[in-house]
Amino acid sequence: MASETTTGLPYADRFAAIAATLPGQSVPWLRELREDSFARFAQLGLPTPRVEQWKYTNLHPLTKAGFEPAVVNGQGRGQIKALQPLSSLLPAEEPAHRLVFVNGLFRRDLSEIGALPEGVRLDGLGEALASEAESLAPMLGRAVRSGDNALLALNTALMADGCILRIGRGVSIDAPIHLVFVGAAEETALAFHPRNLIVAERDSRAVIFESHVASNGGVYWSNPVTEVTVEDGAEIQHYKFQDESLDAFHIALTEVEIGERGRYHSFVMTSGGRLSRQEIRAVLDGKGAECRLTGGYLARGKQHVDNTTEIVHAKPHTTSKEVYKGVLDEQGRAVFQGKIIVEKDAQKSDGHQLNRTLLLSDRAEIDTKPELEIYADDVKCSHGATAGELEESALFYLRARGIDETAARRMLIEAFLGDLGEDLASATVKAALQRRVSNWLAAI
Amino acid sequence: MAASVDTAETVQSIAGDKYKYGFITDIESETAPRGLNEDTVRFISAKKNEPEWLLEWRLKAFRLWTGMTEPSWSKLGYPPIDYQDAYYYSAPKRKEAPKSLDEIDPELLKTYEKLGIPLREQEMLAGVAVDAVFDSVSVATTFRKKLEEKGIIFCSISEAVQNHPELVKKYLGSVVPYSDNFFATLNSAVFTDGSFVYVPEGVRCPMELSTYFRINAAQTGQFERTLIIADKGSYVSYLEGCTAPMRDENQLHAAVVELIALDDAEIKYSTVQNWYPGDENGKGGIYNFVTKRGACRGRNSQISWTQVETGSAITWKYPSCILQGENSVGKFYSIAITNNYQQADTGTKMIHIGKNTRSTIVSKGISAGKAQNTYRGLVKILPGAANARNHTQCDSLLIGDKCGAHTVPYIETRNRTARVEHEATTSKIDADQLFYCMQRGLSAEDSVSLIVNGFCKQVLQELPMEFAVEAQKLVGISLEGSVG
Amino acid sequence: MLEVKNLHVTVDGQPILKGLDLSVGAGEVHAIMGPNGSGKSTLAYVLAGREGYEVTEGSILYQGRDLLDLSPEERARDGIFLAFQYPVEIPGVGTNSFLKTAVNAVRKHRGERELDAMEFMKLMREKRDLLGVNEEMLRRSLNVGFSGGEKKRTEILQMALLDPKLAVLDETDSGLDIDALKIVAEGVNALRSPDRAMVLITHYQRLLNYIVPDKVHVLAAGCIAKSGGKELAHQLEKEGYGDLAGKTGAAA
Ligand SMILES: Nc1ncnc2c1ncn2[C@@H]1O[C@H](COP(=O)(O)OP(=O)(O)O)[C@@H](O)[C@H]1O
Ligand SMILES: [Mg+2]
Repeated sequence: MASETTTGLPYADRFAAIAATLPGQSVPWLRELREDSFARFAQLGLPTPRVEQWKYTNLHPLTKAGFEPAVVNGQGRGQIKALQPLSSLLPAEEPAHRLVFVNGLFRRDLSEIGALPEGVRLDGLGEALASEAESLAPMLGRAVRSGDNALLALNTALMADGCILRIGRGVSIDAPIHLVFVGAAEETALAFHPRNLIVAERDSRAVIFESHVASNGGVYWSNPVTEVTVEDGAEIQHYKFQDESLDAFHIALTEVEIGERGRYHSFVMTSGGRLSRQEIRAVLDGKGAECRLTGGYLARGKQHVDNTTEIVHAKPHTTSKEVYKGVLDEQGRAVFQGKIIVEKDAQKSDGHQLNRTLLLSDRAEIDTKPELEIYADDVKCSHGATAGELEESALFYLRARGIDETAARRMLIEAFLGDLGEDLASATVKAALQRRVSNWLAAI
Repeated sequence: MAASVDTAETVQSIAGDKYKYGFITDIESETAPRGLNEDTVRFISAKKNEPEWLLEWRLKAFRLWTGMTEPSWSKLGYPPIDYQDAYYYSAPKRKEAPKSLDEIDPELLKTYEKLGIPLREQEMLAGVAVDAVFDSVSVATTFRKKLEEKGIIFCSISEAVQNHPELVKKYLGSVVPYSDNFFATLNSAVFTDGSFVYVPEGVRCPMELSTYFRINAAQTGQFERTLIIADKGSYVSYLEGCTAPMRDENQLHAAVVELIALDDAEIKYSTVQNWYPGDENGKGGIYNFVTKRGACRGRNSQISWTQVETGSAITWKYPSCILQGENSVGKFYSIAITNNYQQADTGTKMIHIGKNTRSTIVSKGISAGKAQNTYRGLVKILPGAANARNHTQCDSLLIGDKCGAHTVPYIETRNRTARVEHEATTSKIDADQLFYCMQRGLSAEDSVSLIVNGFCKQVLQELPMEFAVEAQKLVGISLEGSVG
Repeated sequence: MLEVKNLHVTVDGQPILKGLDLSVGAGEVHAIMGPNGSGKSTLAYVLAGREGYEVTEGSILYQGRDLLDLSPEERARDGIFLAFQYPVEIPGVGTNSFLKTAVNAVRKHRGERELDAMEFMKLMREKRDLLGVNEEMLRRSLNVGFSGGEKKRTEILQMALLDPKLAVLDETDSGLDIDALKIVAEGVNALRSPDRAMVLITHYQRLLNYIVPDKVHVLAAGCIAKSGGKELAHQLEKEGYGDLAGKTGAAA
């Protein structure tokens, strides 16, 4: 039954042919890994809302788009037509190492990697898979803890490129690393499956920005999987702005493993995509590990935005803090699923989570499922969720001070989302967040 | 009482040639043969002398049920239930009643004592002493007279089927349809008895209606079916369950409760569930799979569920409110305590359909020993529910490091003007509080009981006075042995 | 009544008390003073039997018996009362019903008849008036939403109700304004009796103007650095602890 009908993807039955063109096919273990992963995907099929984790997000539209692989024989399909200057994605004053991917394919010609400290490897994954796959074996799949995950399996089967970042022991990279993913489809709907491997060795530090943008409209599907390993005492700040085209599908999975005293701070701002999901799964796997997940989402039209997170406290004295906030207009729909698991021996763990959504229209919808699963007793865990419109009394207060209603609303919405920035270490990101919000509000 | 006089003829005429399965002799014995098939359903219906429509309804449920699978989404683990290895009908009167308290399990009596239940009541609860039962029947009759004067109907559902068929036909299955879920469907096919309440327009029921005196009027079966209708502008408070463990060799209980509140009506439904939880090694105990749902059909109607769940090995229960009428109000106050190997997966659903509907959820889960305690709830605001409000507070307390506490809320909001707030916390029992109590001379066990009662206060105070006192004691008793 | 000898206590593996000696006789009132963090509360908790305070050396005899074997509630029932520096809030537990439970637990242990609700209310009313605790407060949850002063006053009210033999008051004076201080002191003085011993832990000499101690000890760096009569308190007020704390610190 592993066929087109279950997987729902038009090119699924051409796997053998497509696989032959993927990098690293001459390496037996890699070839086998791809084959096994594809078989797994074919067996599972695209998740349906009957799968608890996908209860609120229906991937059915994916089956109707008629996707073609974006990469054939290492060559990318699709042309960049009109891309905004990349420098505008981040405030210009910020120097960064910039890697550009078009339809998932690393474009060295568009990238700009400055001088890196010793002990740092920063490169495209595709070439490495083709020429030195052995060196990737210990990294690939290292942070993955998901069991049955069809889209992860599909990514592993079809990954053609992505980013490798390895930061050596004790090394700090000062300038942020900026990964720019550009989607560029035309008449043919394109699908790509970037794989990013990030390893921060003991006591190292780095800041990563991800931008996901579109160069022209068009239907494409980005299915990125990012693996992050934060070893003991290391620290990763990971900021992502998802501004895909409004016709695009963006289904992303980030798997994180955090060692003793390690810190992983993530921020994800979603305003693009027709249907998008950002799933983050983090395992606090060492004493004193810390994880912070912050997220913002803005949806209008018929956009569907899903944020799904799972934080596992596997060791004692671990901390997690999670705040997701969003604003929905028109028929915008958002999903927040946040699960905190405290395992049996993870005593003295702290896990806190908050999800708040403002609904601006009568047809908007938010589905929230915060979840606590606690098997240790000496813990402090909480979650909170709210949904509704702007506080009438606050609105009235501002208007009573002479501010007109539109301005007052905008002010309150900006304040509502603005405090997401308070927890963020990067001033650049704060500024980018603000800009995103005010651009979005300007269109109301 | 129900199902007393029956003849083979009645059954024959209904069951037709299904006879060959040897039901005749079994009818004499007042017990249906082990197992479940259409004949069992016909047998039960015939025993109860039910009208054709009700038999048809049961059969539809049964046929549907045979194609259903048991739900597996809860966080409950238990060995598969063999539905064919059970009796679905056994006339309650024939149960052998113990003749004196000497014949009752001393463990049970100890619990009664701790609860401070007077001896006379102990006898009644354990179903001893014939005259005590008679006594209480006469008490019940006095109450019944008083209720009749006001036009309130309070009887067993079997009696209601005979005496008030129009009401039963109109409302039975109107809140929990026979197709609702695996356990409710099973119940629809084989329910044996339960309570029926109808409060007419404008009447305030002058007393708490409780199983306390109903228990003797109609023995609770495995598959209880309760139907309560509060007509316009009426009020009724119903108390269910007794504060004593009802030992039952049958493992499975699958009850259905339906509440209907019309315009301006209010129903308060309180439960103290203390069925046998199994022993400290997890042996035995009741599997309690219950479907409870109330429909606020009318404007300004209100339904509140208050539950104290301390018993059963497995609890699967989500008393819910469908808030259809404008300005209607749903409330859910719950305490769920699990100790030893108990497992509870319980919570509520608040479905906001009408304008200005409001709901409140307060859930206190306490887990001790090796128990698992899950709150599972749904708050759904539909597009028409303008200005709907929900506030949910879910707190879990852990006692000991081998138990688990889980919170699984689903919150679906589809109206801009609605306001939904949900808060949940999980923590262990506070060591400072324990030490403070013990410094004042309280034993560790009493300190835990006191602190947990404080933790549950918000829910306990929703219970009718006399119930609250017993519930408080029960909280302490259920946690016995949880601190070293 | 109380004999503490060479007491060594560690908390979380950290030595806090390092060879403390203290002897308090029936009817006596002792004041223990000392800088912040010197181990005063630790001493109080050890006497009351709090978990996590590990006695690694030394002994405590109370009424001639080894105290260390007893659970906190046994000590409490045997007459040891601790007025907490930070009284604990217990939501949902009414102050009145808590006190009734405690009083009856202690009475039962002493072989006295348990009080019914009426008798308890009567006893409560007497003691309450003595300490100016208003009735409304007692209907609230234990210590929840009480001001600092209200908490301290309720502690003394509890002491009066439980009628202990050895009362340890841990900084009961801090956070009280002068009027409240006077009320509390009066309450304490009223409870002074020949068969009751008291240990007052305090920071300031101020309290000792109202409750005159028989003896004053200075606790510094985990031991009694100096003992004397009530005049020692005045001296400390003028000169501070600096010297004493330093000396023992250097010696340790
Ligand atoms: N739980 C604890 N873990 C580790 N150290 C503690 C703990 N409690 C108190 N201490 C330390 O013990 C010392 C004595 O504290 P304490 O007895 O409270 O002092 P005092 O009451 O005299 O101010 C302080 O240094 C304090 O930091
Ligand atoms: Mg102190």
